[in-house]
Amino acid sequence: MSEGRHAQGGVRFGMVIDLDKCTGCGACSVACQAENNISFRPDESNKLRSITWMSIFELNNGGHYPDYKYAFLPRPCMHCDSPGHAPCTFVCPVNATTRDENNGIVTMVYPRCIGCRYCIVACPYHARSFNWWDPKWPEPMESMLSPEVSTRMRGVVEKCTFCHHRLLAVRSKAYKDGTDPDKATYTTACADACPAKAIVFGNLLDPQSEAARLSKDPNAFQILKKLNTKPKVYYISVHDWIRKLSDNAVAQELQG
Amino acid sequence: MRCEVQGMDRALIPAGLKRCSLPVFGLWMLLLFGVIGWGVFAGAVVLLKAMNVTGLNDYFGFGAYITVDLAIIALGAGAFFSGFLYYGLSRFFPSLKELGKIINLAVVVGFVCYTGALAILVLEIGQPLRAWFGYWHANVHSMLTEVIFCISCYAIVLIVEYVPVVLENRKLCEVKPLKVFGRSLHDVMAIFALTGTFLSFFHQGSLGGIAGVLFGRPYAYRAGLFIWPWTFFLFILSAIASGPAFTALICGVLEKVSGKKLVDRSVYDLIGKIEGVLLSVYIVLKIADTAYWGLVQSPGLGLKMGDFYWGPYGIWLLIAEIGVCGVLPAMILLWPAGRKSNFLLFGAFFLDIAGVSLNRFVMSIPAFAAPVMPFDKWQVYIPTVYETAPTLAMLAYCALIISLSYRYLPLFPREKELNRA
Repeated sequence: MSEGRHAQGGVRFGMVIDLDKCTGCGACSVACQAENNISFRPDESNKLRSITWMSIFELNNGGHYPDYKYAFLPRPCMHCDSPGHAPCTFVCPVNATTRDENNGIVTMVYPRCIGCRYCIVACPYHARSFNWWDPKWPEPMESMLSPEVSTRMRGVVEKCTFCHHRLLAVRSKAYKDGTDPDKATYTTACADACPAKAIVFGNLLDPQSEAARLSKDPNAFQILKKLNTKPKVYYISVHDWIRKLSDNAVAQELQG
Repeated sequence: MRCEVQGMDRALIPAGLKRCSLPVFGLWMLLLFGVIGWGVFAGAVVLLKAMNVTGLNDYFGFGAYITVDLAIIALGAGAFFSGFLYYGLSRFFPSLKELGKIINLAVVVGFVCYTGALAILVLEIGQPLRAWFGYWHANVHSMLTEVIFCISCYAIVLIVEYVPVVLENRKLCEVKPLKVFGRSLHDVMAIFALTGTFLSFFHQGSLGGIAGVLFGRPYAYRAGLFIWPWTFFLFILSAIASGPAFTALICGVLEKVSGKKLVDRSVYDLIGKIEGVLLSVYIVLKIADTAYWGLVQSPGLGLKMGDFYWGPYGIWLLIAEIGVCGVLPAMILLWPAGRKSNFLLFGAFFLDIAGVSLNRFVMSIPAFAAPVMPFDKWQVYIPTVYETAPTLAMLAYCALIISLSYRYLPLFPREKELNRA
């Protein structure tokens, strides 16, 4: 793999999710679905084929009552910051998914995607979904789609964009207002919708941002840290059993 | 009318060679066309109704199509590697000239394997009309880009290599410009064979690199040399350790079916010897790679080797691939008495081919069935008829072209002499 670093801007958008606050209500997932025009089918029982940018995994400690413990883990795209390339951008044969080095967001160019699904197999977080069918919405939902987000056609891959269109909107406003667009901040639909305020979004390189502060919390961790994918989504939990589930190697360290 | 068709058929069969009767051959063709028709229908459904008719999902981005493509391309390696030995190395090692007796078949096998794989590749992508984006928007970091470029170039080289074989047909030879063109191509074939070798080495390697570079997937990921993971080199080695064996096995099947001797026994013996050495080197390196992966690399990521085997994707895969279909055929092929027995020799060729195909399966399906996140679960992939039918059709297409080539082209220069009695 290429170890060369691309020129990096002063902005690195990331997310911190407090698992001890998350109730697993699914509001983040629903908000994401509505905000990003994610299509769905009448029967969504096959979870391996349903398109969800923000999936919610149920974690448990493997114990039995009364020692049984559970938690919920919302999983957006990790927008991996690994040197040179994210696991997915590295393998895409047509540059349909790339990382914007100005802000660290891993984006998709849907009209360029050939649907080879190489990025799907490359992603260890299962953050990518393939459009197995033509996107359809029941009446009158089609007229309620957001005009700011393009819908995706059958046969292409899609994933969480950290609500990139919201970034474009705040940058445009900054231009109009004569302020520095690179200092413009925004938040994602999932963070907006979370009733428990478990999701915090912001610039991880800005020491003033809450996201940056929380990402340095002693109880903050990343999923599959050992793989060197450098995810920009952090999780927080005070519980060892939850942190152990973040990575097998971490589990061994915590046990050790 | 019937006599006319039979007369035409006879006129196309190389002079002095006997072939089965036209009705028998026609029935065989009918069967193959039936399977091809079934596969084409299934492929058309995939293209029209989309990939939701397959057994693929968001956990199994790769499935039967890619497994068969990887396997068939590895087995088609007999073309480039035999060509390399015959056109390139036989000047220095005259004993390799023996391969000239089977080289035409190797070219035909390579041609059908690659063109068949290309046809399946079209079904494999969600947006087939954008297939050309691979050339236009190429990502130079992607192993798939390397595959797209090399496989396209090599398919062209194989067509160029197949054309002079076709032009050897008795009737086509009667057209003087075609005959001159064919012979001229023959004269420069060494250049094409060596170009093909270069391209093929690269794309066999890049097919191995497809899985090996996935640093987010500990099952598939391998360290390596510069930008190439070890799987890059292992795929090349396994392809050349099985491709000529596949050509030899097909030749053996042709002999059995036709009831004729097509090549000298010494050709099989030579291929057995070459494959025995290559397979042994491959299997030693594969064991070393597996040991490093299982005992050093994976524990460094907090995983045990046992974490990679579960349910239908159990440890039996490793035992079958390395032991039964690797060490065993390598030992048989290295053993002179083993090579002398037809049963053992062809049995070893079969196991060799099965082992390499199993390797391609392991690197395409179980490698992605294994969960990476500790709270994730294993999944099982089951292909649908829309994946098996085009796959079988591709095999039927291979059989069709080989059958037609055998019937109407002088594939085996020694056939007449060997069957004189």
